[in-house]
Amino acid sequence: MSATVRISDVPVLAQRAPQVALAGSGAAPSCGTKSVAGSVSQRACVFCGSRVVLYPVADALHLVHGPIGCAAYTWDIRGALSSGPQLHRTSFCTDLSEREIIYGGEKKLYAALCALIDRERPAAAFVYATCIAGIIGDDIGGVCKRVAREKGIPVVPVQSEGFRGTKKDGYRAACDALFSLIEPPPRERPPLSVNILGDFNIAGETWEVKRYFERMGLSVVATMTGDGRIADIRRAASARLNIVQCSGSMMHLARRLEESAGMPYMRASFFGIEDTARALYDAADFFGDAAVHGAARELVKSEVAAVTPELSRIRARCRGKRGAVYVGGAFKAMSLVRALRSLGITTAVAGTQTGNADDYAALRGLCDPDTVIVDDSNPRELSSLLLARGVDLFIGGVKERPIAYKLGIGFCDHNHERKLGLAGFAGMARFAREVESTVASPVFRFVPRNAAPASGAPLGSGT
Amino acid sequence: MKRETKQSFAAVNPCRLCAPLGAALAFAGVEGAMTLLHGSQGCATYIRRFLISHFREPIDIASSSFAEDEAIFGGAAALEQAVSNMIAQYHPRLIGIATTCVAETIGEDVARYAREIGARLDSGAGPVLVPVSTPSYKGSHAEGYHAALYRIVETLARPGAASDRINIVAGMISPADFRFLREVCNGFGVIATILPDYSETLDGGIWEHNRGLPDGGTGINDIRAMGSASNTLSLGRGVPDMSAGDFLERTFGVRHSRLGLPIGIQATDAFMNALAAACGKPVPARYAAERSRLIDAYVDGHKYVFGKRAVIYGDPDAVVALAGFCGEIGMVPALCATGSAAPGLAARIGEAVPESDGPVTVLDKTDFDGISDAASAAGADILIGSSKGNFIAGRLDVPLVRVFFPVHDRIGGQRLLHLGYRGAQELFDRIVNEILDKRQRASKAEYAYM
Repeated sequence: MSATVRISDVPVLAQRAPQVALAGSGAAPSCGTKSVAGSVSQRACVFCGSRVVLYPVADALHLVHGPIGCAAYTWDIRGALSSGPQLHRTSFCTDLSEREIIYGGEKKLYAALCALIDRERPAAAFVYATCIAGIIGDDIGGVCKRVAREKGIPVVPVQSEGFRGTKKDGYRAACDALFSLIEPPPRERPPLSVNILGDFNIAGETWEVKRYFERMGLSVVATMTGDGRIADIRRAASARLNIVQCSGSMMHLARRLEESAGMPYMRASFFGIEDTARALYDAADFFGDAAVHGAARELVKSEVAAVTPELSRIRARCRGKRGAVYVGGAFKAMSLVRALRSLGITTAVAGTQTGNADDYAALRGLCDPDTVIVDDSNPRELSSLLLARGVDLFIGGVKERPIAYKLGIGFCDHNHERKLGLAGFAGMARFAREVESTVASPVFRFVPRNAAPASGAPLGSGT
Repeated sequence: MKRETKQSFAAVNPCRLCAPLGAALAFAGVEGAMTLLHGSQGCATYIRRFLISHFREPIDIASSSFAEDEAIFGGAAALEQAVSNMIAQYHPRLIGIATTCVAETIGEDVARYAREIGARLDSGAGPVLVPVSTPSYKGSHAEGYHAALYRIVETLARPGAASDRINIVAGMISPADFRFLREVCNGFGVIATILPDYSETLDGGIWEHNRGLPDGGTGINDIRAMGSASNTLSLGRGVPDMSAGDFLERTFGVRHSRLGLPIGIQATDAFMNALAAACGKPVPARYAAERSRLIDAYVDGHKYVFGKRAVIYGDPDAVVALAGFCGEIGMVPALCATGSAAPGLAARIGEAVPESDGPVTVLDKTDFDGISDAASAAGADILIGSSKGNFIAGRLDVPLVRVFFPVHDRIGGQRLLHLGYRGAQELFDRIVNEILDKRQRASKAEYAYM
């Protein structure tokens, strides 16, 4: 029989004990393992990892080769905007039934691809393998090759069977799919050019970041995958530098491009004032061009000046509050810790679904010694941690929201479903207003945590 | 009446969900119960996310978290570990073990695993294990829901001395609808087992402590007592042929009646009368007052809705009942569509809408792409269905009245009341007001009285 052990005053499944640690303790949390059965992980699967990364490519057909559920639950799931085609927002599925489970699904996949390509005229098609496609052994690669030949567009298989690893392996499969589209580099690359990797244009964030680079005099060749287009992705190797945001999902592609095309990359985060400014200066440093440097300085100066009064006003309301962060990747978690700190909020709990050892080492270094660092957590742990650490504000995604709200704790969404652009300088001001709207809301004075009336006391006597 | 089944090579914007989601919803309506999905981690997480976005409540669903080893060699050990970790974290009274595509396809004998694991659990304190087969490639969420209810009753119901108790087994209605059913039974003064009942578990109050599983749900002992009830009423025209009610009738001789969802005057009358007959008591006086108020509202508002063409989509239960309601108030249910396979749907809608003047198109096994095309052809004035049809409403520039599940783009989907005279009252008011709103906005006159 399994048991729980107590770590930092909260019960944790014994098998998960190594994945929870104080930042100041001897060891970083262990990570990179599959989720413990029955723990109620917040992670999804390999398919999910691929689907979220490729989803924003707006002129591609995204066909889920599997049962209806995998497609229904990922229909229009991200707030990823497109400046043109909207094909990515339609959910296509081969809707495998018992018949295909027995006789194979290749025929249906072929028919679906041909009919959908004729109807939608996409620039390319991605075919996602689900668990079931893997189990019945459909030759998806073979079907894709045949259709690509017949229809004259790239048809790319994505090896994303749900059980073949974790969400991170899904990122990798998505990167491999993108890589397969990219053409060899030209002999001459335009001197001041970049690709933006790992930004998904949630609420127009890619556009914001792209505008910064353009103001610095850099041209953006491809955005992967926010507001992404197949033609841009294909000529991505013609840029000088890959700027990799959300490094968990796109580092694999950056590395492959470095190996195959000699393209250097740099990691960046466009979340928070500090991180955004650093990202822009790092890019300027890379090019070593005085004009680019000057433009970056000007840009940072004017943008920071524009948001400083608002941030100061909000900092005064938030100072001394305690925050918790649970997000997909550790790079974002670090940006959030810094951004919260800039608002006067300390981070009591910081966790991620898919952080790796390097990430956690960096996260530990950044956090206070008594911050709890947790890998692949679950609702029981998170709720216990929020209460035990007296957290006022939880930052996560849709699945974390009810954990906070049910306990009467403030919450901000920082996941891919949100409708609010939080990247860049203006994005930081929007984030601060989001934080303010929950930290300063008067409704929380009614919640039991803050206002438990004595039993038998008249209603409202606690407030 | 025209019945069409979309012949298609692919689903485009699906209008049905998978069976494990339905099973998870059914288990969520049982006291101290928790769902374990036997398969990959993603199934549990995606289904949680989909449910959470509607109910806005913590919904913890565990997974046996298959990796390649389990997919090749089987997941018996992972299943046992999952059960054990669920007990350690949540102390559930019942664990519903629903299968997924991958578990079914590799031939996992989950019923046997459950028996073996159950035998190793502490017999007094351990949870009841209820396995149910729910591959996503077969049927829809509605089938998964009813299959889980069947297994729950099959596992727990016991024979007993004949009693005045009654059972109500309901389709996928809202927490507010379940509260209505409970209130009606209390009004009648009849002891009833309502299965499932997620009125509290998926629409509960704020917590003071970290509780793990929410309070509420159909009591385990009340489910045990279902075998000794006099009657079972199954609510919903989509209830399958081999349902929990059929099991109770066949096994324990509990009389089983099938009714449509009580939406509107005629369907609610039928429900009230059936309940009165089942428990041998008169309909409480308060319902006469609610009914009279509803008729008064129908008369006040009838001109606004007369002849308006409605596009209705959703689960067969809901579509049949809403079509009947539309017919009753003078609207034309011009298009009735469901993503599930529902061969009897056209006939049932024919029964529910006898006096409809105008052709009715009935579409089953369709997707939102099919509904969108058919809605254009049908000439829609208003859409009635889940929030997933919002893009069609936008394209056709007609209002959408959000009902049932899911409502992902508004708050309060869990508190929408559809059933009974009051439920019809709410629906009627919302439909009329959407029509008035559109008319008011369309006019440059900015009318102050409508």
